[in-house]
Amino acid sequence: MYTQSFSVPDDEGKTARPTAASRPASEREAALQAQFDARIDADGRIEPRDWMPEAYRKTLVRQISQHAHSEIVGMLPEGNWISRAPSLKRKAILIAKVQDEGGHGLYLYSAAETLGTSREDMLEALHSGRAKYSSIFNYPALNWADMGVIGWLVDGAAIMNQIPLCRCSYGPYARAMVRVCKEESFHQRQGYEALLVMMKGTQAQRDMVQDAVNRWWWKCLAMFGPPDADSPHSAQGMRWGIKRISNDELRQKFVDATVPQAQVLGVTLPDPDLKWNEARGHYDYGAIDWDEFWQTVNGHGPMNKERLATRVKAHDDGAWVREAALAHADKQQQRARKAA
Amino acid sequence: MSNAPALKDWPLWEVFVRSKQGLEHKHCGSLHASDSAHALQMARDVYTRRQEGVSIWVVPSHLIAASDPGEKDQLFEPASDKIYRHPTFYEIPDEVGHM
Repeated sequence: MYTQSFSVPDDEGKTARPTAASRPASEREAALQAQFDARIDADGRIEPRDWMPEAYRKTLVRQISQHAHSEIVGMLPEGNWISRAPSLKRKAILIAKVQDEGGHGLYLYSAAETLGTSREDMLEALHSGRAKYSSIFNYPALNWADMGVIGWLVDGAAIMNQIPLCRCSYGPYARAMVRVCKEESFHQRQGYEALLVMMKGTQAQRDMVQDAVNRWWWKCLAMFGPPDADSPHSAQGMRWGIKRISNDELRQKFVDATVPQAQVLGVTLPDPDLKWNEARGHYDYGAIDWDEFWQTVNGHGPMNKERLATRVKAHDDGAWVREAALAHADKQQQRARKAA
Repeated sequence: MSNAPALKDWPLWEVFVRSKQGLEHKHCGSLHASDSAHALQMARDVYTRRQEGVSIWVVPSHLIAASDPGEKDQLFEPASDKIYRHPTFYEIPDEVGHM
């Protein structure tokens, strides 16, 4: 469900350096590079066994695995609320949504593996804290209204980011995203509907919704990544057909789509500068706190430690299941061999 | 590799789903699983949560032989100058009607 529309370097460091195109080592490589460029220019697709520049491969591995990690870590804030859902219906919905996130993570890990990385390496990078995931999950989900707001706004922002990725130049990533996007709409609609129900409830419930919107709004705007002027990575991504629409453009689309939804819901968005700009034909919005954003990306958000620890514990606690499944498969094989 | 005791990862499987009776199985992705029965179960959960299929095939990824993209031209180009293999190559008088 979630990606931030930029991929940050997995190691420390906050500025993404533009990747220098690797110099063709030989004539053969130059010819391959020319072929690759021509295919990208013609808006063609690259498939796993096709030749591709090392930098393209690396960028994709980083972006797809960060995206997969985001789906997996994204299960945690909502998973916490399954046992506390207010009704059986909401519980069933939330379980289905969290299962979808797990599924999205798996589609994406598979897509990344077609580039020659292994599941084990990716998980190790996540669990050691080396790999990034969407910073939105490093904020706490405090109450049930957060479940609605995460569906409406966080998934809403993710959808804006993910739809253009269905046309990504790398085939397996694009195909995985088509699958993901088909399922996202359910995520956003169930969240919005849960909020509509709360808004028809008591004043205390309406206050909860407004409070959750106030806490999540700015974080969601930041999900689209740094302003275009500060994201040198973007240009290369655009050149390669990995990224199709710029961060600022996507953010604007999200704001424009969300303002009327907030009006129908009956909540305000916490931005005094938010107003319709007739000349631009878009909503203007206030300044985003990027320092806070980078703090969180770089590991100092309110929930970074707790999310990672929970994730690592889940993986460790599941070790016996992985081993048991292998042992069982082994036994079955031996039995079959004996019978033969 | 399948018998090595050091194998820590479940092997990789390719998943093919028949979306509807009467249609072919179509590749939809891959997953890790300990054996074929496990792979089928996983494929059901990962790729058919919304009735996307009525039948699933799983195949160990390493058993798939694939053509080399570098030999694409040698393999497929020869077909491009055999336009007489297409029905539109032949001109038939209008009065014959649909043929």
